Amino acid sequence: MTGHPPKKPPILELRNVGKTYQVKQGLFGKARPLTAVNDVSLSLSRGEVLGLVGESGCGKSTLAKILLGLEAPTTGQVLVDGQEIGDQDRLSLARRIQPIFQDPYSSLNPRKSIFDIVSLPLRVHGIGDRTQWEKQVREILDIVGLPARVMNTYPSQMSGGQRQRVAIARALIMKPEIVICDEPTSALDVSVQSQILNLLGELRREFGLTYLFISHDLAVVEHLASRVAVMYLGRIVEEADVAGLFDHARHPYTQALLQSVLTPEPGLGVPDTQLGMAYPNPIDPPSGCRFHPRCPLATDHCKSHAPRPIRTEQGLVECHLYDPESQMYKNEAA
Amino acid sequence: MAHTNINDPLLQEITGPTPGQMLRRRILGHQGLLIGAVVMAILLIVAIFAPLLAPHDPYAQSLMHRMEPPVFLGGTWDHPLGTDHLGRDYLSRLIYGARVSLMIGTIAALISGVIGTAMGVAAGYFGGRVDMVVTFLINVRLAMPVVLVALAVVAIMGGSLQVVIAVLGLLLWDRFAVVMRASTLQVRRREYVAAAQAIGASTPRVILSEMMPNIANNLIVVVTLEMAHAILLEAALSFLGLGVQPPTPSWGLMVSEGKNMMLFEPWLVLIPGAVLFLLVLAINLMGDGLRDVTAPENRS
Repeated sequence: MTGHPPKKPPILELRNVGKTYQVKQGLFGKARPLTAVNDVSLSLSRGEVLGLVGESGCGKSTLAKILLGLEAPTTGQVLVDGQEIGDQDRLSLARRIQPIFQDPYSSLNPRKSIFDIVSLPLRVHGIGDRTQWEKQVREILDIVGLPARVMNTYPSQMSGGQRQRVAIARALIMKPEIVICDEPTSALDVSVQSQILNLLGELRREFGLTYLFISHDLAVVEHLASRVAVMYLGRIVEEADVAGLFDHARHPYTQALLQSVLTPEPGLGVPDTQLGMAYPNPIDPPSGCRFHPRCPLATDHCKSHAPRPIRTEQGLVECHLYDPESQMYKNEAA
Repeated sequence: MAHTNINDPLLQEITGPTPGQMLRRRILGHQGLLIGAVVMAILLIVAIFAPLLAPHDPYAQSLMHRMEPPVFLGGTWDHPLGTDHLGRDYLSRLIYGARVSLMIGTIAALISGVIGTAMGVAAGYFGGRVDMVVTFLINVRLAMPVVLVALAVVAIMGGSLQVVIAVLGLLLWDRFAVVMRASTLQVRRREYVAAAQAIGASTPRVILSEMMPNIANNLIVVVTLEMAHAILLEAALSFLGLGVQPPTPSWGLMVSEGKNMMLFEPWLVLIPGAVLFLLVLAINLMGDGLRDVTAPENRS
């Protein structure tokens, strides 16, 4: 299901990637499979920002780990510039893909100085000597908007926004092509969030970076991304251009997510998403369409049959509502 | 260029003490740690400079001067702490005994520390099968009573300083393994570990350079506890006649040799017992203090 060919050759491509963990329940329980990522196909062209949204536990972070080479996919392939990442050694992969993590309080080693943290990639890859490291750290700190004298300070002396700038500096010091941003702003104050997002945007333009921007915050994604993929229980349920998705969300789950964005008006309160019940247990996914227990538009057909991905002009959607074949069943049921 | 934020007032305010300075401040403010460290330092100096400090040869017997009482019980300054049943100077034997106790404590704690840390970190880092094997070994080890195993080994191999050190070193690693496994598991999920891996750092580098500095404080605490443990076990084994063999001066052995005369000359038992108590107390005070001083730093 590669669909219509993208204009530029993709720099990062996922082909039917899946990751299944064996989860043991209790001492004598049998191991049961937990499918964290299920048959995900995505492609990013150079310079693009793809937003990946979904609730916590839907497999976003597992996908990020697979892309970074920290976890091997159980099925499918991940290609960087047409080369499978399993075939590349860790160091050359690390030069092309770098992460920015969610929590700057946990992503910086509390025992290391900022210089040590930011220069670690150079030291691991054996690039240059100490004077060169200092020069490069100085440069990259300047680029992310930190004064050079923070080099000798420790993470505990910095604020969340400053820490996240350090994390960005560490990710960019090797000049990677792709940056996996795993919820880079969700641990930050709202005022600092926008600073970091603007910084990420500027850096992308300046260095021609490609971002995979993982978030559960649609407003953040709308701000930065050019294309959005919506993930639910390990599957991509909708993928479209950012304008198309925000104006005409098709999948009921995407619609519910859009409704859940908080408005600044205090009188309106917490929006009702009509999703009702809690997120299902991924060990025991619902039958048929995985979203049907929470879907306001679900029919009997949805309970028994998994939808297939439908590709149209607007993008991809995986829902019976948009599948002409499924419509017959729906009419029958009605 | 993204210079927009360099004049941000938030960014200008980066001051405050470094972790090193904060640590120093906490150490100097902790009484227990200071008392323990001072007592330990004194005992260490005494052990190292024993030949210079001891007034007599600890092995020299003198049947003319048997069982002389210490100064405070009416003895002479020639033997400040009196003499034992063979007329050996008690103070000199006590001073040389500090060497035995500290050596056994240090070396046994080091051996078991290396074994236990390697096992615990491997279990915590790799998980899965490795973790299963290590957990099993820990359980096996915990099921063995240390004193009984030590007794059996010494009975077979014969008692000597080396055998006691080896036996204790190979038996006391359980707490290291348990503690290091738990703290490795805790640190393993931090994102800086994933960041280092994503950079391409090798596994030894991730463990030694990124994780170790964050879990080493737990190690220091366990080292002190196990040192005290090993010293007490040596004394117990020597008391039972299965540890250090006479005439080597050992505090446990001195208690054992004095026990026959305990009713008439209680100081023969009390003096080495008190010094042993002092050493173990100092080590434990240091361990507790180090835990108090280093733990809060980890919670960033």
